[in-house]
Amino acid sequence: MASTASGTAPPPRSLPVVDKDSQTFWTAGEQGELKIYRCQDCAYYIHPPVRFCPQCESRRVEPEAVSGKGHVVSFSINHQQWVPGLPVPYVLALVGIAEQDDVRLVTNIMNCPPEEVSFGMPVKVYFEQVEDLWVPLFEPDSEGAPRP
Amino acid sequence: MTYGEKNTAITGIGQSEVSRGSDKSALELTVDAALGAIRDAGLTRADIDGIATWPGADNNTSGFSPVGVAQIQDALRLKLNWYGAGGEVPGQYGAVFNAIGAISAGLARNVLIYRTMYEATARKTSFANSLVKGGERQAGIFLWYAPYYNYAAALQQSLMFNLYVHKSGIRPEQVGQIAVNQRRNASLNPAAVYRTPITIEDYLNSRMIATPLRLFDCDVPIDGSTAIIVSRMDVARDGPNVPIRIEAIGSSMQYRNSWVQLDALDTQAQPKVAEMMWSRTDLKPKDVDIAQLYDGFSFHTINWLENFGFCERYGAKDFIEGGTRIALEGELPINTGGGALSAGRLHAYGAVHEACTQLWGRGGDRQVKKPLNVCATSTAGGPLAGAMLLVKD
Repeated sequence: MASTASGTAPPPRSLPVVDKDSQTFWTAGEQGELKIYRCQDCAYYIHPPVRFCPQCESRRVEPEAVSGKGHVVSFSINHQQWVPGLPVPYVLALVGIAEQDDVRLVTNIMNCPPEEVSFGMPVKVYFEQVEDLWVPLFEPDSEGAPRP
Repeated sequence: MTYGEKNTAITGIGQSEVSRGSDKSALELTVDAALGAIRDAGLTRADIDGIATWPGADNNTSGFSPVGVAQIQDALRLKLNWYGAGGEVPGQYGAVFNAIGAISAGLARNVLIYRTMYEATARKTSFANSLVKGGERQAGIFLWYAPYYNYAAALQQSLMFNLYVHKSGIRPEQVGQIAVNQRRNASLNPAAVYRTPITIEDYLNSRMIATPLRLFDCDVPIDGSTAIIVSRMDVARDGPNVPIRIEAIGSSMQYRNSWVQLDALDTQAQPKVAEMMWSRTDLKPKDVDIAQLYDGFSFHTINWLENFGFCERYGAKDFIEGGTRIALEGELPINTGGGALSAGRLHAYGAVHEACTQLWGRGGDRQVKKPLNVCATSTAGGPLAGAMLLVKD
């Protein structure tokens, strides 16, 4: 998130409670990887992470690195300054990963003017470390093709 | 197959004063609403043998749900055979569905159902219902939103509304008909919190909160409480009011129950809830006289117009164009008391209260003039949705 015009820092990102299944998702960014649980029997990606495949009922599920590429499923440009010092506008979005349509990630679309964000826009992941976690963020992917 | 809801009816309604800041405590407002509903049903405290509410006490200072079953049961010294509260149900009407279950199981005859909010007062001291809690890591249903500056439902729900705009092509001046119509209705409702009529220009000039939501698309935090009595049908027919039968309900969860992964993002979880409701009645959308549609945000109402089948998918923009069809004089008057947008955020129970007010002909200046027998009403919010069809006995 960009700093405010007055130069004050934006509020720190709030962090989630992490459990034994979500640990990998929130920390794999240290190695620059986006990791999603995947069934080792039928190759279905499972998110939020749990060691059960709803497709084939396998319990053999492990985190695997994905490409980090995806597209904007939906987004909203936030204009309301909910707390003091919050730089606005900014973009909250849902991104679908390239590997599987029904894995959606919440994110902010960064490094892009809010008015240029669009439905189906190709994006790629990067990470921002906050305390002991690596938060996945997305930015425009100039090599990707928009989704209709 | 006998559906349990057909053996139940609303027999009384009550509402506290509704304000942008009350002199009374949340519990006293709840007492006002509860006593009003009990009296309206021709009952006494001794007749109430069940309580249901949504979501139950949240044990914090947000004002979202300050009064739990325990407090009101003790305040009124009620002697109960059954009680229940909880938020993991099909939206706010989950409390009604639970009461139907209890009555059907022979656990209760007259259930007090209430919803109390105290957000107006709570917000004077802090950003009381922020989805982000300072100084602690975030758990619960919005955990996956935690790091992304998702402060409010208005922003998070806009992810659904903006996709709806993209797919339907609805224009702002069409969306604004919801707010304008409801403010007009509120101007005729002495209990509404905002009564000065607004124009489409006022709507278009209201500030953008999070695209596509403008200020006038958002409901109004209030202090207030609504209560209804749901009774077993044989008991209901002994009361002073014509029973308002619960003809059919929609309570399903056929989608992924997630604020991120919901597999019906632009329609929210409403279509299959409506489908379930219509499967439990011989009535059709054309039989509905009025509708009290959830309006935490105006887009919920727009979604429900389509999902109840009052118009086709993505046809709401044409249905509400100009506002005449949905006005008090129109073919389908909606949110006739001003709704949550203008009468206050009574969180779906304002809608039930208004449904009964209209069906009983108590609407005063805002009373719909045509004969009224059938009202559709609904709750909404991402994966949460519930629907009821109410019919005058």
